[in-house]
Amino acid sequence: RWGRAGGGGSGGRAEPSGRRRCLAPAQGGGSAVIDMENMDDTSGSSFEDMGEMHQRMKEEEEEEEGEAGAAEEEDGEFLGMKGLRGQLGRQVADQMWQVGKRQASRAFSLYANIDILRPYFDVEPVQVRARLLESMIPVKMINFPQKIAGELYGPLMLVFTLVAILLHGMKTSDTIIREGTLMGTAIGTCFGYWLGVSSFIYFLAYLCNAQITMVQMLSLLGYGLFGHCITLFVTYNIHFHSLFYIFWLGVGGLSTLRMVAVLVSRTVGHTQRLILCGTLAALHMLFLLYLHFAYHKVVEGILDTLEGPNMPPFQRVARDIPVVSNAVLNTTAKAIALTL
Amino acid sequence: FAGLADVSISEDIPVEGEITVPVGSHSPDEDYSTLDEPVRETIMRDLKAVGKKFVHVMYPKKSSALLRDWDLWGPLVLCVSLALMLQGGSADSKEDGGPQFAEVFVIIWFGAVVITLNSKLLGGTISFFQSLCVLGYCVLPLTVAMLVCRLVLLAGSGTVSFIIRLIVVVAMFGWSTLASTAFLADSQPPNRKALVVYPIFLFYFVISWMILTFTPQ
Repeated sequence: RWGRAGGGGSGGRAEPSGRRRCLAPAQGGGSAVIDMENMDDTSGSSFEDMGEMHQRMKEEEEEEEGEAGAAEEEDGEFLGMKGLRGQLGRQVADQMWQVGKRQASRAFSLYANIDILRPYFDVEPVQVRARLLESMIPVKMINFPQKIAGELYGPLMLVFTLVAILLHGMKTSDTIIREGTLMGTAIGTCFGYWLGVSSFIYFLAYLCNAQITMVQMLSLLGYGLFGHCITLFVTYNIHFHSLFYIFWLGVGGLSTLRMVAVLVSRTVGHTQRLILCGTLAALHMLFLLYLHFAYHKVVEGILDTLEGPNMPPFQRVARDIPVVSNAVLNTTAKAIALTL
Repeated sequence: FAGLADVSISEDIPVEGEITVPVGSHSPDEDYSTLDEPVRETIMRDLKAVGKKFVHVMYPKKSSALLRDWDLWGPLVLCVSLALMLQGGSADSKEDGGPQFAEVFVIIWFGAVVITLNSKLLGGTISFFQSLCVLGYCVLPLTVAMLVCRLVLLAGSGTVSFIIRLIVVVAMFGWSTLASTAFLADSQPPNRKALVVYPIFLFYFVISWMILTFTPQ
């Protein structure tokens, strides 16, 4: 190994040939190149030295491999190069078998993991109905931690129901999704909201020192979607803005209040309560608002344009451009004809 | 080893015993290898099994034939035909022709898998593929409804045709749900039947909704 003793800017580089040579310092700077073969300091090595080092390491490896191969061949006969390849082939096959076995056992344990979810599905229909109704009733006692049932059947069914309702809303508003499918968007939106917001609020709860587990948070938010389901089911079929706002504040507000009250009862400290509940309330209400306006029926929008010249911006997004502009042209022509 | 010197087996005594293991059941399939039979017989046997299951779906009695010998041929055929018939049913048919097929396919299979997992988690005794088989076969009434809807839409697309389609789709939806409930709910504990029936109801409701809102171009 080459080492460099002494500093200075003048570092004459050692010649790569030979290993046991001591070179005299080329310039008068005083950097002496000393052959320190057994020293492991490679910090000052030049490029060629590194290459030489790698070559030596590779040779050592091959020697070890050869020894190992020779040790294995002690049982059998010496087959030369062909034996080495056979050994390699057998090792590769062995490795593949190990990998395959590991993957199979991992897949099996994943399947068996379904049993981990089993206790969360242990409910009676009466309990589910009771919890659905309770999710709309805000609790009054916030000084005492409220009990949350860690159950996943109800929330999962509610998310799927929301997906079905969303699909209905998308079909009736003739939303055209170009890069994807209606079903994919609906499923992605609903499941993304449920899992994503649950995780986010759980993280905030961890920061704000609230006493809630992940399953309980999933359950709480899932049952909070019951209000969303009712609101959207009604307002996707009966299209009045004022009706939607009443439902948004009333039904959405009630389910949000319940979730907020339960969380407040499990958090200590005013700032923490404010952060946690403010975030949850905002996200929950805004999600309902988004679901309504993103898939709004355009007929509503045309009705609105008869009253005023400017069209609400959301309707434009969900619809084909030529149809919208035709509708606008028609209505403006009608308006102009009326005023004349 | 001195004592063993006089132990010898004389060649006169025959060795007795049964070497062959008696085969219990002699089903006709094992008498001869099915490789030698003509291809027509093989195909006809499978087709007959599928046809028998279709009959079981249309007249849901409590028989276990559907559950015992499950196969996924019928569901595949039904799913593909339904997806083909539902294709091109929206405004921009040239853009939505592709995703429509994939949508239906994914909905049916993903929905069936979810329902099966749900029923297993609720403590059901039915196996995964048996459940998939039942749910897939019970799509048959809805496929028939789709056929009828298409024929009705050929005649015209007014209010009368909508009412006819609504009645047909609702009837077939009820039939599908009842048929699959008859097979699947038995495998659940008695007080939890409603918990298993609701996802099945939702599943067939989504498919019926897609059939009802289908408008050809």
